[in-house]
Amino acid sequence: MVEILFYIFAAVAVGGAFRVVFQRNPVGSLLFMVATLASLAGIFVLFEAHFLAAIQIIVYAGAIMVLFLFVIMLLNLGHDYRKDLQFGLGMILAFAVTGGIAGILVRQLGGAGTSAVEQALPGPEAMDQLIQEQGIIGSIARPLFTDYVVAFELTGILLLVALVGAIAIAKRRV
Amino acid sequence: MLAEALILSAILFVIGMLGVLVRRNVIIMFLCIELMLNAVNLSFVALSRFIGIEGQIYVFFVMTVAAAEAAVGLAIIISIFRHYETVDVNNFNLLKW
Repeated sequence: MVEILFYIFAAVAVGGAFRVVFQRNPVGSLLFMVATLASLAGIFVLFEAHFLAAIQIIVYAGAIMVLFLFVIMLLNLGHDYRKDLQFGLGMILAFAVTGGIAGILVRQLGGAGTSAVEQALPGPEAMDQLIQEQGIIGSIARPLFTDYVVAFELTGILLLVALVGAIAIAKRRV
Repeated sequence: MLAEALILSAILFVIGMLGVLVRRNVIIMFLCIELMLNAVNLSFVALSRFIGIEGQIYVFFVMTVAAAEAAVGLAIIISIFRHYETVDVNNFNLLKW
């Protein structure tokens, strides 16, 4: 059951990602991106990362994609159906570079995911026990507010800087 | 299921990179960068199922950085659009030699 769901979500994610790249209309691209993000959230649920799946839907598919949509509407690009693919040498070079990196990635990551490696890792049982003891959010929150608290506070400062920077850059007169 | 998830993440990363290299619309290129970040998030989550909770914490930080990056990047796109009246990167050639 889990395997079948995984393959369905994976197919939707890959199909959506292809349509993001080869869709002419930016709004269409954006909606396919939302489909990809939602199916990735489904895969997160299959890997027992329920909190991250919720965050993925709320923050990514909700907030960030709406921000993109606002910018497309603000710049009035919704009727932009022109083809804007790179042609000629650029296209060949892009496919060559992408193909090379695809080969390396599939080779390396495929090698990392063999069943021998999977046996050597601690395995899902340890994670299941952690979630059983501390709950799904508790198991993330406890390290986040103890071991990683400095990084967590720095992320808050980063968000403040991004907020001020975005307003300062997008303001009409500086 | 670990191998399948890692290969899916590799495929999504490569599609995102193809988008950055092939498209000329700067908003779509930016969207493809988000796609690449998501592919990496997927591999973090898949490995965290087998190794420990730390992977999910890194995903949390990656998402925050992606949100900050989207806000600043889109602000830059808006201010470039005001200047050139286009979002096609072929027209942004001020630094081109």
